[in-house]
Amino acid sequence: MSGAGDLTDIADRVIGWAGDGEAVEAVVGRSRHTEVRAYDGDVESLSSAESMGVGIRVVQGDRQGFAYAATFDDDVLAETLAEARDNAGFASPDPHVGLAEPDGVAVPELDLYRPALLEVPTERKVAFALELEASVRAADDRISGVDSAEFVDAMGETCVASTTGIRAESASTACYVAVSCLAEADDQTQTGFGFSVGRELDDLVPDDARDDAVRRATRLLGATKPSSMRTTIVLDPYVTAMVIGIIGSTLSGESVLKGRSPFADRLGEEIAAPSVTLVDDPTNPFAYTAKAADGEGLASRRNALITDGVLGTFVHNAYTGRWAGAASTGNAVRGGFKSTPGVGCRALALAPGEHDQPALLRQVGEGVLISSVIGMHSGVNPVSGDFSTGAEGLRITDGEIGAPLREFTIASTLQRMLRDVEAVGSDVDWLPMSAAGVSLVIRDITISGT
Amino acid sequence: MIEEAVLSRVLSSALLGGGEFAEVFAEDKRSTSAVLDDGRIEELSSGRDRGAGVRVISGETTGYAHTSDLSETGLRAAAEAAGAAARRGGGGRNAVALTRQDTHHPSTVAVAPEDVAKAQKVELLRRADESARTADGSISQVSARYGDSRRRILVANSDGLLADDDQVRSLFSVGVVATGDSGMQTGRQSVGHTVGFELFDRYEVEDLARVAADRAVTKLVARPAPSGEMPVVIGAGGGGVLFHEACGHGLEADHIAKGASVYKGRMGQQVASPLVTLIDDGTVADEWGCFGIDDEGSPAQRNVLIEDGVLTDYMWDLTRGRKEGRPRSGNGRRQSYQHLPMVRMTNTFLTNGTDDPADIIAGTDRGVYVAQLGGGSVNTATGDFVFGMWEAYLIEDGEITEPLREGNLIGNGPKVLADIEALGNDFAMGSPGTCGKDGQGVPVGDGVPTLRVRSLTIGGTAA
Repeated sequence: MSGAGDLTDIADRVIGWAGDGEAVEAVVGRSRHTEVRAYDGDVESLSSAESMGVGIRVVQGDRQGFAYAATFDDDVLAETLAEARDNAGFASPDPHVGLAEPDGVAVPELDLYRPALLEVPTERKVAFALELEASVRAADDRISGVDSAEFVDAMGETCVASTTGIRAESASTACYVAVSCLAEADDQTQTGFGFSVGRELDDLVPDDARDDAVRRATRLLGATKPSSMRTTIVLDPYVTAMVIGIIGSTLSGESVLKGRSPFADRLGEEIAAPSVTLVDDPTNPFAYTAKAADGEGLASRRNALITDGVLGTFVHNAYTGRWAGAASTGNAVRGGFKSTPGVGCRALALAPGEHDQPALLRQVGEGVLISSVIGMHSGVNPVSGDFSTGAEGLRITDGEIGAPLREFTIASTLQRMLRDVEAVGSDVDWLPMSAAGVSLVIRDITISGT
Repeated sequence: MIEEAVLSRVLSSALLGGGEFAEVFAEDKRSTSAVLDDGRIEELSSGRDRGAGVRVISGETTGYAHTSDLSETGLRAAAEAAGAAARRGGGGRNAVALTRQDTHHPSTVAVAPEDVAKAQKVELLRRADESARTADGSISQVSARYGDSRRRILVANSDGLLADDDQVRSLFSVGVVATGDSGMQTGRQSVGHTVGFELFDRYEVEDLARVAADRAVTKLVARPAPSGEMPVVIGAGGGGVLFHEACGHGLEADHIAKGASVYKGRMGQQVASPLVTLIDDGTVADEWGCFGIDDEGSPAQRNVLIEDGVLTDYMWDLTRGRKEGRPRSGNGRRQSYQHLPMVRMTNTFLTNGTDDPADIIAGTDRGVYVAQLGGGSVNTATGDFVFGMWEAYLIEDGEITEPLREGNLIGNGPKVLADIEALGNDFAMGSPGTCGKDGQGVPVGDGVPTLRVRSLTIGGTAA
């Protein structure tokens, strides 16, 4: 383990200040990250950052208050606790409010912390960024520029402790290289990105990042706008990860209980095609967002949300679990120490199917491969389920990849898309997101173009 | 926040390794937010963020380090880390003489948010909740958010600049769900200005709640948006994000320098319909993207980007300005002391035209009227951009008819700019926005008069 022990000391000190008749939770976090950006053969910027702080939640009876401070200074922490107490006085009484309590589920041992990453000299990090930039430039005559090439590493440690008996420490390291490039031909410019992620340096495969970026940019050269049609689409793994992330948000206990989920009253029903099994499993060490404990310090666990198309469970934190008359599923999520725990999926993945992407394309015959989407936040409504997003891709002709396409939208509804899934690929890709990628075939999508 | 003599010594130590330029950016931000959801005040949260970032530029390389320790020791450690990161040859400098620069913040704050009792802030949420719930029988859920912040910043650099600013923002938003036979629909409305609690003398939260409720209720009977290309009329104040995405980002000098913009090499050329005059202006009093100095110490200013369709300037920050040997334009911004500044927009808007807005709609045979756009995104290198419709209607035979469900619209920046074929005389600023770039969010404003684009692709499902 890292030096998270001192975080626990701080958390213990804060909860030791709890008064009679109140419950106190402290989440103490510290993170470090380095970012190196290369441009045009030079280091464009090198930033190093360390941040730390404490978030304090106070529950007095059926009211809750919160405050945070980005420091470990004792005086400020005492002031922050007082502020959280004061804030509690303004909250509406709510019978379900309360901190998490130990539930007997053992916190898994996950191998997510690699001290070796912290020992890497700056020169090596710089070399990663410079070499990646140079290799993308040299990869293809049509590459006209590399607008960003970066190496990033990060270390995060957290301790959650409470007067209700919670005490959970977690620590992890991560690093990635990412590149975005421009390709030019016949007065048209296209862009592509690629990355490689890992927990330590040896996990990184910069050539994969290079190949993805170059392929994505060059294969779109000469793209034209398609005419509007209804067709079958194949989502690239990266796009699928974005789509299942949104579907996951509709299955949060909070959305359901507050009447904002289109699947609120569908528990036990078939909401998706039989080929769809959707699991949230932050205990899977392959997941970028794997973590031993959730935002309230309860053990992470595997939850099967949809099994063979049937909706099996929603996800909960302590609050929504109590409200639903159930229990927390270990799905408290929080954006560091600066926020109260929300509810959400933490490491989603579709159960893989049998065929790789080329085989899926052959099965589809005619359709469109969607290689990237834009505007997911503005055109998808997770309450109504309306789905519309900008897209780029490649025509599928006779089961093979054909002409490149751009400036069109794909539209349906989340409800229909789940039912219209025709196949899930075998090509699971663990991405730096809270959902894994995999090729996904969906029929009856409206493409809007000319 | 930090003594002048300390700043001077920290800047000197930052340059010891041979950098050419050093800067200290310090920030002390207090914020309050209160959230009502499902009829309950869920959360009142207070935050304090305080720290400083030190930047050292040496040749083509920028080194950056930040600290939450504002003592001289903490600042010097950050300065040394930033200096080491920028390690390259160059002339060191022993002393930095600072000259304090006066800052004029365009907005004035009448009632400082920290002087207002929390109970008063919470009361606004209850009023909004009640107003939305009584607006229509179909309203099934309401959330409301109050937020205020006071951000004090200080910038000192090795060119001798020393400036500070005190930035206050107040925000209120309402989100509503309506439920009917067709399922659920949502409506939102928000208001935000760089003022204090007097914001609520200017706006009644009940009105905001009713607008949000109406949007949701209207969509219950909406039909799926069409697919394909058609003329699009955008309502005054509701569509500034179109220009933010279609050309704003593409006119940021960092994208231009890297060849990642369709507007590179187009200076002095006709890039838009002659109706288009596009301004980016950080001095518009009270607007969401307004400030006294940017996050590099440059005073906010008004920049004409496109005049009568001709590209007249890009937006600049310190690094890009230094490289091109030109002054910065007050567009160097950052999310917090933990981030490097970059070229960002402030309040970006299109100036008034001469058409009567009613004539613009009447002159549209068949198309879409978008009263309120949602967020958007752009790929600056290809110019392709999208934006969402929060409130939209079909136009048939020159009249606004049926409401449409949500969806994205997609277009290509330069083509859409050339396709602006009518411009109203009813300019209005829009809702407060947060612009995201490279993982950093900053507050921005936008505005437009009613206008018509000859053709955009509507991302719906109907034929």
